[in-house]
Amino acid sequence: MTTMTSATTPEPAALLDVRDLSVVFHGSHGDVEAVSEVSFSVRPGEHVALVGESGSGKSVTSLAVMGLLPTRSAKVEGSIRYDGDDLLAMTDHERRDLRGAEMAMIFQDPMTSLNPVVPIGVQIGEVLQRHKAMTGRQARNESGDLLARVGIADGSRRLGEYPHQLSGGMRQRVLIAIALACEPRLLIADEPTTALDVTIQAQILELLRELVSGTGTALVMITHDLGVVAGLCDQVHVMYAGRVVESAPRRPLFARPRHPYTGGLLRSIPRLDAPRGEPLTPIPGSPNDALSWAAGCAFAPRCGNRIDRCTSQTPELAAQHAYEPGYEQALRCFNPIGEETS
Amino acid sequence: MLRFTLRRLALLVPVLFGLSILLFVWIRALPGDPARSLLGERATPEGIRQIRALYGFDKPLVEQYWAYLGQLVTFDFGSSIRDGRPVTDTFLEQFPATVELAFFAIVFAVVLGIPLGYAAARRRGELVDGAVITGSLIGVVIPVFFLAILLKLVFAIQLDWFPTSSRQDARIDATHITNFYVLDGLLTREFDAAWDAIVHLVLPAVALGTIPLAIIVRITRASVSEVLNEDYVRTAEAKGLHPQVVRRRHVLRNAMLPVLTTIGLQVGLLLSGAVLTESVFAFNGIGSYLFDAIAQRDYPVLQGYILFIALIYSLVNLAVDIGYGLIDPRVRVS
Repeated sequence: MTTMTSATTPEPAALLDVRDLSVVFHGSHGDVEAVSEVSFSVRPGEHVALVGESGSGKSVTSLAVMGLLPTRSAKVEGSIRYDGDDLLAMTDHERRDLRGAEMAMIFQDPMTSLNPVVPIGVQIGEVLQRHKAMTGRQARNESGDLLARVGIADGSRRLGEYPHQLSGGMRQRVLIAIALACEPRLLIADEPTTALDVTIQAQILELLRELVSGTGTALVMITHDLGVVAGLCDQVHVMYAGRVVESAPRRPLFARPRHPYTGGLLRSIPRLDAPRGEPLTPIPGSPNDALSWAAGCAFAPRCGNRIDRCTSQTPELAAQHAYEPGYEQALRCFNPIGEETS
Repeated sequence: MLRFTLRRLALLVPVLFGLSILLFVWIRALPGDPARSLLGERATPEGIRQIRALYGFDKPLVEQYWAYLGQLVTFDFGSSIRDGRPVTDTFLEQFPATVELAFFAIVFAVVLGIPLGYAAARRRGELVDGAVITGSLIGVVIPVFFLAILLKLVFAIQLDWFPTSSRQDARIDATHITNFYVLDGLLTREFDAAWDAIVHLVLPAVALGTIPLAIIVRITRASVSEVLNEDYVRTAEAKGLHPQVVRRRHVLRNAMLPVLTTIGLQVGLLLSGAVLTESVFAFNGIGSYLFDAIAQRDYPVLQGYILFIALIYSLVNLAVDIGYGLIDPRVRVS
């Protein structure tokens, strides 16, 4: 299966290719469109970031890729191709065979993402037994090795411990061990450091970097923190209110953000080299609960670059001249930074 | 775990001691008098005085309690004022029937309640859920005696599927060792007797088990709904595990904790609350004997039976706490 990226470049075909993804939740108060028109692709070994505030649809996007959205209340449309196969056309059984083996996910909150009444050794081992047809004993040995690999000393002796006996950082290491147990080709990390202490955040990011670099594992990093992106990701997709507003390789994105929202995100990162006492620059307002792309740009109410057109016409995501071959560069804005018309 | 169990068992001593004092006082605070009910309408003041002196009811309360406590420590619970039979004897004769009934009732409630509650939680807001919730509401509010009579009328009298009363067909010459008729039948290999006892248990157990069933359904539904939204269930699904593994290891194991507590509480209620069911089905448990003891102020029977029930209730809840510790490592005592 060819993709937009692979058709125009000699790069390897995309491992994951998401096209025009939309997710609609049926609620008792009517339908809510959480994600729409989201397209991106990830090549083997590539590290891609989905960046945005809470409610921007980045987590929903990743859950749609994993097939973890509730089938009763969420309608997923568009196409999600993994290694050329359309995930949305697969049966539940086929998707379960992929989950945990081919694609794995690390979740945001390690305090609640492990089963409190099952020893961690079982929680790691069960994924090995499921996908690698290991016996209980083999899975146990392998789980011990995995714990050692994620930096838990004396791993094999701690398999009998329960989550409440471990710190937050340790639990996230266990979750990473679970995710990487079957050496997945695609790893999705949904805000893997948000719930952790700052000192632990750096350790966990470093660990992730070590574990995925050089193994050919493709990484999708979901974050609101551009600081996390800076050290880890090649390609960045900035999402706002369920849509991608800017896609760019990491360097041009940081050097020359085009979308005012991207600019706002960058300005709101605290800088060590900023003068003492200088206040951070927040983005005014907060994202609306309901998606508001129907008439005009959803970011317009908070945007400093707003022009009349922004509130009357909905901007499309337009491909831009690629900074580097093989990367996607696109923008959804009538009045981008650096090209202001008024 | 052993130390925890031993400590909890040791704790039973002060609990039962305290209860014995409360019971002693409460029962005597009831209006009425055993001597008067024993002698009936034609009681003379002189006769009442004699009876009171005979049983020591004329002595100060503290002195009476002291004497009772002296009996208790030798496991002598006294004898009934009505029929003179030792409390221990009648209890051991009748209590197995009640336990058997309560056991079948709780099995009925658990075996049906947990799957129904699970199904309702899984299909929250759908028809199944609505039916289960409505059914459980009816189950909670329907009076036990009414349900018991209804079941008897329909399934025993009109359809004739089940016997109307008693614990076993009188024509069956069954050997009784423990007075648990089903167990006796199995022990003596008199399987027809065991089967007959089971058939006799069906309607009373359903009548008695309906309220616990409704409660277990509701607790299971609430608990499973909550657990299904937990992050760790999503983690389990992200591993691609088979749905049965997710259900068993990740959902039910966590969701069962509150259900287990409920079951423990219900068992206690069933043991003491089987009175009405037993009387409808002429089921020879402690129910009617205890009921008459209340009516006639049979102090030794009331005190002894209630203490026994309290002991059993405490032991059941200790078992629940131990089970809780086995499931949930966070409450496990080191």
